[in-house]
Amino acid sequence: MEGDTWVLVEHWRGRVTETTFETLALGRELADSLGGRLVAVLLGHQCASLAAQLAAADGVLCGEHDALAEPSPESYAEALHQLSSARSPAAVLIPLTNVTLGIGTLLGARLGLPAVNFCKDLRVSGGNLEATCTIYGGKMEAVVAIRRQPAVLGIWPGVRPVDKGRLTGAPPVENVPVTLPQPQARFRRYLEPEAGDIDISQVECLVAVGRGIQDKQNLAVAEELAASLGGAVCGSRPVIDQGWLPLSRQVGKSGANVKARLYIAAGISGAPEHVEGIRQAGTIVAVNTDPHAPIFSFAHYGIVADAIEFLPAFTEAVRKRKQGA
Amino acid sequence: MPDPSAQTYLGVPGTLILWLLAFVSFSVFGWRVWGYIRNLRAARPDPRWDQIPRRLVLVLREVLGQRKMFKEPLIGAAHLIIFWSFVFYAASFGWNLLRGLLPFLPLPYSDQVPWASFSIDLFGILGLIALAVAAVRRYLFTPERLERSADATLILVLIAVVLGTSLAASAATTPAFYLAMWWLHMAVVLAFLAYLPYSKHMHLLASPFAVFFASLGSSHMPPPSEGALRRADFTWRQLLSGFACAECGRCDRACPSFLSGASLSPKMLIHKVKELARAPSAESDFTGAIVTGEEIWGCLTCAACMEECPVFNEHVPLLIEMRRHLVSQGQVEHRIQDVLAGYTRYGNSFGASPRARSKWTQGLDVPLKDARKEPVQYLWFVGDHASFDPRVQSATRATARLFHRAGLDFGILFDAEQNTGNDVRRIGEEGLFEMLREKNLRALNQARFDTIVTTDPHALHALRNEYGIPCERVLHHTELLASLIVKGRLPLKPANGTVTYHDPCYLGRYNGVFDPPRVALTAIGFKLQEMPRNRDRAACCGAGGGRIWMEDPPSVRERPAVRRVREAAATGASCLAVSCPKDQVMFLDARKTAGLEDELAVYEISELIEQRLAPA
Amino acid sequence: MHFLVVFRMVPDVVEELEVAPGGKSLETEYLRMIASESDDHALEEALLLKERHGGSVTVVAADAPELDDALFSALAKGADRVVKITGAEFGLSTSRMAGIVAATIRHTPGLLPADLILTGTQAIDDLDGLIAPLLGFHLGLPSLGIVTSVECQPACGAAVVTREFPDGVRGQFEIPLPAVLGVQAAEKPPRYVPVAKVRAAMKSGRIEEVPAPEPAVAPSLEIVRMSKPVPLSHAEMLEGDPEMAAAELCKMLAGRGLL
Repeated sequence: MEGDTWVLVEHWRGRVTETTFETLALGRELADSLGGRLVAVLLGHQCASLAAQLAAADGVLCGEHDALAEPSPESYAEALHQLSSARSPAAVLIPLTNVTLGIGTLLGARLGLPAVNFCKDLRVSGGNLEATCTIYGGKMEAVVAIRRQPAVLGIWPGVRPVDKGRLTGAPPVENVPVTLPQPQARFRRYLEPEAGDIDISQVECLVAVGRGIQDKQNLAVAEELAASLGGAVCGSRPVIDQGWLPLSRQVGKSGANVKARLYIAAGISGAPEHVEGIRQAGTIVAVNTDPHAPIFSFAHYGIVADAIEFLPAFTEAVRKRKQGA
Repeated sequence: MPDPSAQTYLGVPGTLILWLLAFVSFSVFGWRVWGYIRNLRAARPDPRWDQIPRRLVLVLREVLGQRKMFKEPLIGAAHLIIFWSFVFYAASFGWNLLRGLLPFLPLPYSDQVPWASFSIDLFGILGLIALAVAAVRRYLFTPERLERSADATLILVLIAVVLGTSLAASAATTPAFYLAMWWLHMAVVLAFLAYLPYSKHMHLLASPFAVFFASLGSSHMPPPSEGALRRADFTWRQLLSGFACAECGRCDRACPSFLSGASLSPKMLIHKVKELARAPSAESDFTGAIVTGEEIWGCLTCAACMEECPVFNEHVPLLIEMRRHLVSQGQVEHRIQDVLAGYTRYGNSFGASPRARSKWTQGLDVPLKDARKEPVQYLWFVGDHASFDPRVQSATRATARLFHRAGLDFGILFDAEQNTGNDVRRIGEEGLFEMLREKNLRALNQARFDTIVTTDPHALHALRNEYGIPCERVLHHTELLASLIVKGRLPLKPANGTVTYHDPCYLGRYNGVFDPPRVALTAIGFKLQEMPRNRDRAACCGAGGGRIWMEDPPSVRERPAVRRVREAAATGASCLAVSCPKDQVMFLDARKTAGLEDELAVYEISELIEQRLAPA
Repeated sequence: MHFLVVFRMVPDVVEELEVAPGGKSLETEYLRMIASESDDHALEEALLLKERHGGSVTVVAADAPELDDALFSALAKGADRVVKITGAEFGLSTSRMAGIVAATIRHTPGLLPADLILTGTQAIDDLDGLIAPLLGFHLGLPSLGIVTSVECQPACGAAVVTREFPDGVRGQFEIPLPAVLGVQAAEKPPRYVPVAKVRAAMKSGRIEEVPAPEPAVAPSLEIVRMSKPVPLSHAEMLEGDPEMAAAELCKMLAGRGLL
């Protein structure tokens, strides 16, 4: 396996996403192992200005077309297919998010190659690429050997620290023409969520509740803790689906990525879709009755207890400290 | 005194007037009542001709003796008198009407026979006194939820007039006055008769039948059905409940769901059934429309309403029939869906792997036989909450240690145990209940044991009453523990302190097991302080009927469990003793909400016994 | 309108998953299979569309343990036909399975033409691709994933579809029919079907069986090994009852300057 390592740049609403930087960091490691360049592939419409953020790469391939204005998997896959057929990279790394879902699969299908998903680690072994992938909701890891190139790889968010991939500078940009038909699935418009009272991605202190709180009533204990900490309440998808909290409070894959300094995960098991949203939180405290809950691998502090019992006790302790201090 | 029917009035003979009035009255009455009977006959059949002697005894005790009414002694006495006065007066009326309509009969009027006349006067006076007592209670000291409708007032007045006119006639000195009173009396009774089917006083006619045809089973389950949407889907006895209801409000006063502020009112439910039974058309939807989903799911199936109802109305079966319909349409709350899916797939309500059922035994230093593999004397059916809920597991382990200490030969079914399905049935998922029962019976039939002992009253109820296992072969663990203590197999160090005990619905009210837990508690040495609502009047913790998995509507002011722990703390006891895992979970939570964590300890009886066990 | 739903069974992660002795696959002794969660949503969406537009719903699935229960359950919920593909070997490869399912759909009479093919947007074992785009690719149909609502406009031969993006934003797309949709969530949560109805379906319903056609050469996936993940880190666990742990936590957080 030899050649360049490509990373598809995921950008959303005019900004390069943090998942891209994480993937660039992983891509850098792979490019170094393969002895090739790290190339950021920037596809879109009037997006050339974003190239300046991609200094972690050795170069940027910029392909602009109005069919790429909205994230349309078929168009992006077609563009990637054209570019990779012409330039034969060793690997194409695509972040796995709500923006890019489907691109890798379609690219793999066009190439007649497997598109390996859920990758969290890549290494070169004996001339082949080995990808470590987490499957079954995080309960198992599979190491997959890829012998043919380009290796099409779907990368989990959070595989590497964001800052390792976020370097400022002016990477060399090569503009490439892409010819694309209009996508069959035609974008019409965006539907914005109802304006929430709070933007939780800006809140410093968050108390997150999951299925473990069992009942809408028990939100009150989370609200009290949030109030004592001067923060806000948010939740994982099941809680929003039940209607206990509005969509604006959802954390995770389809919701917000939060950057709170303190994040209390109460009754949350730690499914990958949720963890994706908290990987930039400062200090994570997890409360769960199941000592084997995956959340404990991501948290800094863990308490095996019923959230409904622990949160009031913690609220009390916080209040005491704030009064004493 | 003159013969009223022999007189002529403005040239019209009395007999003719009487015939006219009687004809109109009986026609209206008969036509209306026949309409109701037709509606009942069009409903689902539910033959109840079994155990006739037992039914006759029931009528004797409850209709003639008004036994349930004596739960409130003063009104009980008053109502008994009113009832017998009415019986007497009805008989006397019939007699006089016959004589008045058919003057050629060689029959005196009732007031011409000394003993009859005396009795009528006596019952008249007693009746008026009793009516006064009832009126004072109704208007000056109105009990909660008593319906003070115009209808009720009218009836009180009519009855008073009936009694009054009879007494007045009896005391009459002039023929004119006598005749006036006699005719007023007959006219009012005939008017009352015509009015009867339109009023709540249908209960006069309906309640003896309601009592005779009461459900004799202890399960309060309706007969098999796909659920009820419209009138014809309900059974005739369920519809009869509407007619038998006197709107006394005893059911509402006992209903923990209603008292908490939820929208369910057993009395309103029966009232709606009455209107349904009376309705000219049977085509409109009842379930989910007239009675809302919120009301239907608000029931705890604790049967406190049915325990209080003097006419044996069928509140819980009605609600279960409606739940069956909603379930068949898939109209169940999301969380209940998850719970039902969990039961179907994993056999428990925790959504946990069946292999995790016996995790509570880890670290237990007491040998536990596997009843799947070896014969045991006592097969311990542990139950879901006792196995899976961490807050209850400590009590379960305590029970295991007690059994071991007492030298019992016992074992459990480990992973082969499934939830008995008691709550599933009450949610209305009969098919799932049957599936769970099949699996459990298969495991039980393969095992060899003498007696089943269970820590879970819900399981106890299902095993004793709905699994076809003889009652004597299923014990609650408190029954077993009490007998072990009494036999000296569990020596105790005396304790002091005051406890209060909460009777679980499915142990106490449904299965009549009230004393063994109390025996155990007093044997430990505690002073037992009863809560006002105890034994068959115990107030449900709020977990039954699937409500432990349902959200409370915003109208709920004080959840049943919170109300109950406050009641417990108010007795002055420092500890609330429980004998059901759901009670334990509900009260531990409620304690926090009520801010009573420092004042009231909550312990399962096994834990209390173990705490006071003398060293070996 | 004719709606086709492609169903899949995946390992039920409520049970503890173990690695088989070979080190490359799952231990099957205590393994239980469950319908993929988003496939349940796909079926629900199909049933809702049938209720709205009339027509029929056919469920197609490759044979797997406990599939029959899921298919009878689908019949009880209102599906008109359920088809089981027998003899398909695909291991952990979604792309292989997609090829087999696509070929079966093409060759089995009565399955095509379909107006919409619905399946879950992603399953927990989609190691080498997502099934919706792959089906679209093999059948030559447009596809879209992460769908949360579908509005068919049969007169125009198109559907207006909502798809999820980050931050709670959704996008509306117009896609020509026939098409393949990967459903994230149905417009209503999957309906409950009582056990009695499923049992009735087991008695009166029928699962059609079709043999898998010769598989086309599919890109192969080579699994070197499978193992339980060893977490890189683990939280520092605070012991004791809630009050003790809360006090300890306060101390720790204050030490980090967070309180």
